Amino acid sequence: METQRLLKESQIMKIHYITGIAAIFVVAVHILMRLVVPFESSLNYDYIIANYKNIFYVLILESILVLISIHGFNGMRVILLELRQNTAWEKVITVITISSMIALIAYGTRTIILANGM
Amino acid sequence: MAEIDRPIRNNFEGLRGWLKPSGYGWERVSYWFQRLTGVFLLIYFIGHIYETSTIVNGLNAWESFLELTQTVWGHLFLIAVIGASTFHSANGIRLIFTHVGIGLGTPGRPDYPYNPSSLNYRQKSGIWIALILSAAAMYYGFNVLFGE
Amino acid sequence: MSINDNKIEDKIKLKVYRENRRENSKSHYDSFEVPYKRWTTVLDALLHVKNYVDPSIAIRYSCRMASCGSCGMKINGFPRLACYTKISELETSTIECEPLGNFPVIRDLVTDFSLFYKHHKSIQPYIQNTENVETAVEEKTYSYYQTPQEVDKYLQFSYCIKCGLCYSACPTVGTDLRFPGPQALAQLYRYYADTRDESKKRLNIVDDRHGIWRCHFAGSCSKVCPKGVDPALGIQLLRSYMLGVSKNNKKQAEKIEVNLD
Repeated sequence: METQRLLKESQIMKIHYITGIAAIFVVAVHILMRLVVPFESSLNYDYIIANYKNIFYVLILESILVLISIHGFNGMRVILLELRQNTAWEKVITVITISSMIALIAYGTRTIILANGM
Repeated sequence: MAEIDRPIRNNFEGLRGWLKPSGYGWERVSYWFQRLTGVFLLIYFIGHIYETSTIVNGLNAWESFLELTQTVWGHLFLIAVIGASTFHSANGIRLIFTHVGIGLGTPGRPDYPYNPSSLNYRQKSGIWIALILSAAAMYYGFNVLFGE
Repeated sequence: MSINDNKIEDKIKLKVYRENRRENSKSHYDSFEVPYKRWTTVLDALLHVKNYVDPSIAIRYSCRMASCGSCGMKINGFPRLACYTKISELETSTIECEPLGNFPVIRDLVTDFSLFYKHHKSIQPYIQNTENVETAVEEKTYSYYQTPQEVDKYLQFSYCIKCGLCYSACPTVGTDLRFPGPQALAQLYRYYADTRDESKKRLNIVDDRHGIWRCHFAGSCSKVCPKGVDPALGIQLLRSYMLGVSKNNKKQAEKIEVNLD
């Protein structure tokens, strides 16, 4: 029962590995932002807003959002696909994980854009 | 497939097989941790995206959310996240190497006691390094969060 | 304990899982006291029970020397071959024998291997070579030339006895019935790495949602394999081909003419 798929599983897993590796670097930068200032002031409102106005940091945040969403939700899809094997379950899981991924990216991007404009 | 007159999932290990990694060595334990930390980090990530979105509602919204997270339990939770992400990343790097066939040894002619070359000291030390890095990161995080 | 001393016999308690779905009986464990010596295997103990105590126990066995793969079962919770496991090496006073996990139970310790064989068949476990070895026109016979190094690339995977222990140990098989299992995937690598095999389509068989990508290198398959096949190694090497990392350094075997005269 072969159905046409948008991406072969090998392509999806290549994306999974690449997003995983890339995410390590950008998340490391994100964590460092809390460690290069005195810790108490690292969550200060003005400091955070100033970060959001820095275009490079905005790109880093957007990268984290996209990379981790893809990696995380694909991982969840893999775990859930292993639990049951029927067409209905697989369709539901695929739809839910892709739509959750898009929704989370959209919501996070909204935060970044709004904060950048503040 | 042969006709069988019993439910097909009869005697399958199921979720219990996933949740009970003992007896099969460190690689199985690391598979278990990788899954647990992955799911945990995904849940944290979703919460984090929501948490950080409060900043667009202004200073008061941000400060009131900080009151929720900058607590002892919040800090402990963050330490768990630090540990989970360090383990997941370090072990993930080890897994990517194995998935491309590096660090597994080469096929040969098996002889008694038939020790598998893929479950070698490189894999076990990779897992141990991931666990130690994770513990070290949690210790560092503890010092930063509770050390002031 | 001297092996000539017949008066003092070491005894072990053997707990055997009993189930008969046709009779709709509830599953339970039967316990037996079995004498043993330093070299007694679990299979010997089970056959002792079958011969002298309870002949109704259903077990599969054949060669008694870890060559046929028939006597796979869970011994103290771990998949092993009964003929290859000495009671003395288990170092417990009670030995629990259960049917192999991830296989439907037929009766007692006998399990249904249909799905296992179906997965094995699905990966086309035979050499695929489109060239005619014997041609009527030329009336010549050819053979395929392989260096020892080329043979070493797949030899250990050809030692698989299809005992099912790896399939039982695999965590993915426990939930995913469509996953081929470590045995089938390792056999796919065995044929893919064989220079006599020409098939380029083999990899597509397992490039699937429930194929090779659902292996996460938990390594349990290699841990339990009694023949040193190391299926985990085969699967990761196969994956390296599928990721395009191992450039297809797979040569085709040289065809040489064989003179039968």
